[in-house]
Amino acid sequence: MIFQDFVFYTLAAILLIAGLRVITARNPVHAALFLVLAFFTAAGIWLLLEAEFLAIALVLVYVGAVMVLFLFVVMMLDINLDRLREGFWSYLPVAAVVGVLMAVEMALVLSGRYFIEAAAPVAKPAGYSNTAELGRVLYTDYLLPFELAAVLLLVAIVAAIALTLRERKDSKFIDPAAQVQVKRNDRVRMVSMPSYTEPEAEQAQQEPKP
Amino acid sequence: MSVTLSHYLILGSLLFAISIIGIFLNRKNVIILLMAIELMLLAVNLNFIAFSHYLNDIAGQVFVFFILTVAAAESAIGLAILVVLFRNLRTIHVDDLDALKG
Repeated sequence: MIFQDFVFYTLAAILLIAGLRVITARNPVHAALFLVLAFFTAAGIWLLLEAEFLAIALVLVYVGAVMVLFLFVVMMLDINLDRLREGFWSYLPVAAVVGVLMAVEMALVLSGRYFIEAAAPVAKPAGYSNTAELGRVLYTDYLLPFELAAVLLLVAIVAAIALTLRERKDSKFIDPAAQVQVKRNDRVRMVSMPSYTEPEAEQAQQEPKP
Repeated sequence: MSVTLSHYLILGSLLFAISIIGIFLNRKNVIILLMAIELMLLAVNLNFIAFSHYLNDIAGQVFVFFILTVAAAESAIGLAILVVLFRNLRTIHVDDLDALKG
């Protein structure tokens, strides 16, 4: 057994155990941390497959950003764990049958001779850079999808902010635009009040009407 | 027996099956459901990269790049929806989300 095989089996075992712990962990924080472990281990497997750029991107984007977001949300929400765990194992028979059937079917198909013999990696020449090659393809053949991905990220940013943005009702703030646009009539109201009244009119008002 | 393409593909299918079981088990907990979806996308990405390596075609890695982008956007919006849901209902229990009477 060469060293590479040893690394593969070790990482695969860690990945599967971490995946199992993600779906069975009682505490969502533990599940998120095991998901971090799963992503990290998957990045190691991707390194074995010589996808260096994507392995580093997985660590940076997922472990660094997405999982921190997950942890943030999990810790911010006040969750009643006991209620969420009600009937947790009641669907296990169905789930186990479906999952094991899927795994066995896929293993039967994927362990065929084609996948073992026909496909063989070619040794890369010296000075080959996975990042440079990926960048070249990304900016030539896949330029339009790349731009669409950028637009998609923008839409995601706008959507996430628009969903969670909340205006405080209790804060007293000053709107400079409204301040500038104030007219004189908005602030001062002129009331015409005569400073002198005729004595006759005064008497006429005071006398009760017959 | 040296590691071949089918080893990686079977590992990916096992991971996918694990996340399917996770979706069955954690049907009440939206957060773990999102995590199971992330695991599924990881399994798919593993398949793409294994094929890319063994068939000597960089296109698979480009697809993984786009899947990573979409998955990051998806989880960000999903978690934002979750936060808004919790702010309005003070719960994220799936059984409480029956406003549509479906």
